[in-house]
Amino acid sequence: MSIDDLTSTVGEWLRGTGPMSDVVISSRIRLARNIRNYHFLTKASPDEQKEIYRCLVDAIAETGLDQNSFFVDMEEIDDLDRQVLVERHLVSREHAEREGSRGVAISSSETRALMINEEDHLRMQVLRSGLQLESLWDEINEIDDKLSAKVEFAFDEKLGYLTACPTNIGTGMRVSVMLHLPALKITGEIEKVLRAAKDLRLAVRGLFGEGTEAVGDFYQVSNQTTLGRSEEEIVDEFATRIIPRIVEYEKAAREALSHQRAVQLDDKVWRAYGILENARTMASDETLFFLSHVRMGVSMGRFHAVDLNTINELFLQIQPAHLQKLRGGVLNGEQRSIARAEFLRKRLGGNSHN
Amino acid sequence: MGILCQNCKQAKATVHLTDIQPDGEPVERHLCEQCANQEGVTLKPHEPINLMLEKFVKLGADLQEAAERTCPECGMTFGEFRSLGQLGCPNDYKVFADLLMPLIERAHDGGSEHVGKVPGRADSSGKKRAEIHRLRRELDRAVESEDYEKAAKLRDRLKEMAAGSSDEH
Repeated sequence: MSIDDLTSTVGEWLRGTGPMSDVVISSRIRLARNIRNYHFLTKASPDEQKEIYRCLVDAIAETGLDQNSFFVDMEEIDDLDRQVLVERHLVSREHAEREGSRGVAISSSETRALMINEEDHLRMQVLRSGLQLESLWDEINEIDDKLSAKVEFAFDEKLGYLTACPTNIGTGMRVSVMLHLPALKITGEIEKVLRAAKDLRLAVRGLFGEGTEAVGDFYQVSNQTTLGRSEEEIVDEFATRIIPRIVEYEKAAREALSHQRAVQLDDKVWRAYGILENARTMASDETLFFLSHVRMGVSMGRFHAVDLNTINELFLQIQPAHLQKLRGGVLNGEQRSIARAEFLRKRLGGNSHN
Repeated sequence: MGILCQNCKQAKATVHLTDIQPDGEPVERHLCEQCANQEGVTLKPHEPINLMLEKFVKLGADLQEAAERTCPECGMTFGEFRSLGQLGCPNDYKVFADLLMPLIERAHDGGSEHVGKVPGRADSSGKKRAEIHRLRRELDRAVESEDYEKAAKLRDRLKEMAAGSSDEH
């Protein structure tokens, strides 16, 4: 399996299945770990970083976590391939842009990615589509158990797992749920939800995590506090309280729209589709914006010209790196916008009268 | 030249109060410090300016001192951490404990103690690997400092461990 093979498919997490998948795109849990007796990466020499890398690659192989997966040495691939991994949420932007020995072990279903030498020595993450946090916790807990039998992680009885940044100490766990909230955006209630989330000490970010805008009505909600609460508590709060409540709000807003403003709602969806199907040049943010409206129409059962799976695939394939991969070469911004519009026309309806 | 205290009518009024009457009407009153004290109005003691300055300078010096505090393990200073946002090694949590704890509690909504998962013990292969890595690093350091006698010993020990004849098994 290689990065080129990835680009024509969607990863498991974007398959649009799983509980509450009309609103919840995906769930993710990641754990941050560092090996005992080594510096954090801010103070590790290139040689030490290489050693940490080798040590973790060996440990992953010894636990059998390398089976049904492929390993990517981030130093050996080019920018475009690194960007593909970022777009698929298999590595973070930060990991792609760092220097020195680093890599990632990715399961072939793309539901597991073990990042070596990100901000911490090891960042393990598991992903699923829909709301599936409990099973994700079981899975990542087991991976962590297996690896801690092979490497000793930096741990303090009082502060828990020690991480490069003090905001991650304790459990080292970040739970993130990607939500699609177009109706709350249209009704303007999204501001209330965001304020409530802030009060609950949750971080709300865009499609690609830290520092990204919420384009296409995608909101990634994650916990900010990692110390003072157990992993199970954090997971439980997300799975049974926080997320179901936001989903409920979104559904109520969708209900209200389809009763009180049905024509306006359908108009938004059809206009979006019309543009996606006919435009000659499309920037990626604008594409996400219109795809979001179409997705809303499809998941509300009001629009049938395209299925949810295709929409989910498009969300990924219109991203800059995926688009360039599919077109087989590096393109500048303008060329990308033209290629994106062409690609969309082909995938949606395939209007031949162009 | 200022107003006289409404109470004793002798000293200069330095305390100016606005009382809100039960009917919501504000009533202004002007008292001297002594009379105000007798009424139970607590005042912030005036701090001589030189004392305030001294404190200010000392705070600056403390901050300066904190910024220069250095971890002997990794060489990270607290000042460097403040600008990077990341620490240099696990030992920093001990070296900077008093400076970090307020930040940690703020970041974790008051949380100051881990209540989650505790790692299991590494198995023998895990311990062995850690040992091999430690020896390898020591070897590098020995070679760097041209301590060839020590390097030779470490190399032998590493060979032994690689051959699986280490005394751990």
